[in-house]
Amino acid sequence: MTPLSGYLIVAALLFSIGLAGALTRRNAILVLIGIELMLNAANLNLIAFWRYGPHPEALTGMMFAIFSIAVAAAEAAVGLGLVISIHRHAHTTDLDQMNKMKG
Amino acid sequence: MSIAFYLIAALTVSGGLAAVLLKNTVHCALALTVAFAGLALFFLQLDAQFAGFAQILVYIGAVAILVVFAILLTRGSETPKGGVFSRNWLAGLAIAAGVFAVLGWAVLHSGSFLPHETAVPAVTVLQIGNALMGRYVLPLEIVALLLTAAMIGAVIVALHEKEGAK
Repeated sequence: MTPLSGYLIVAALLFSIGLAGALTRRNAILVLIGIELMLNAANLNLIAFWRYGPHPEALTGMMFAIFSIAVAAAEAAVGLGLVISIHRHAHTTDLDQMNKMKG
Repeated sequence: MSIAFYLIAALTVSGGLAAVLLKNTVHCALALTVAFAGLALFFLQLDAQFAGFAQILVYIGAVAILVVFAILLTRGSETPKGGVFSRNWLAGLAIAAGVFAVLGWAVLHSGSFLPHETAVPAVTVLQIGNALMGRYVLPLEIVALLLTAAMIGAVIVALHEKEGAK
């Protein structure tokens, strides 16, 4: 097993853990945590391909990962703001109870 | 594959598993911090120092704190009566296992096609700064605009109160 495939396997495992968390948890914040784990696994893939790829001096993978980190931070802020807003409106963060589109 | 790789992999994966499996939501957020730290160590091991420190500052410093604040503001740390997992958790678990099986199969069967350069890239912060201000200046500006819009949007969404709600 080459080093790159080791990193890719770890990233795939983290992605699957995040996906399982996002699909099975009831709390909306835990779903967001799962999505963050999936985004981080993708970043690990980008950095690993940058490190073992043929032209690391072009910095493409690293830049992609840095921009991805910034976008993920924006996504976390908006997502958690939405969860707080929904909690104030419906007094729950349980996704199984949020089954109404209108108030 | 060095010992350090396996140690960091065990730390990261156990942190991620704990983050989605624990019952108490605050414990989940702390386990998520451990997973983020493990990923930062991975970045440092991959000679991507800038990305590693950005990961520590942004994820451990900001996102984890934000998650803990959201949990405490929504009193999400109380364990619900119906359990922490959704009714159709088995389907979710099956989908995740299927995704991991496909990804793992693809990675293990593409070993000879993957690039394998052993030379350590010597990347300085000066080069990263030059790239950000030169070739990547348009994405940088777009990200700056996105972060401003997201910040204003998050504040407006979380501030909004219905008339007579309180």
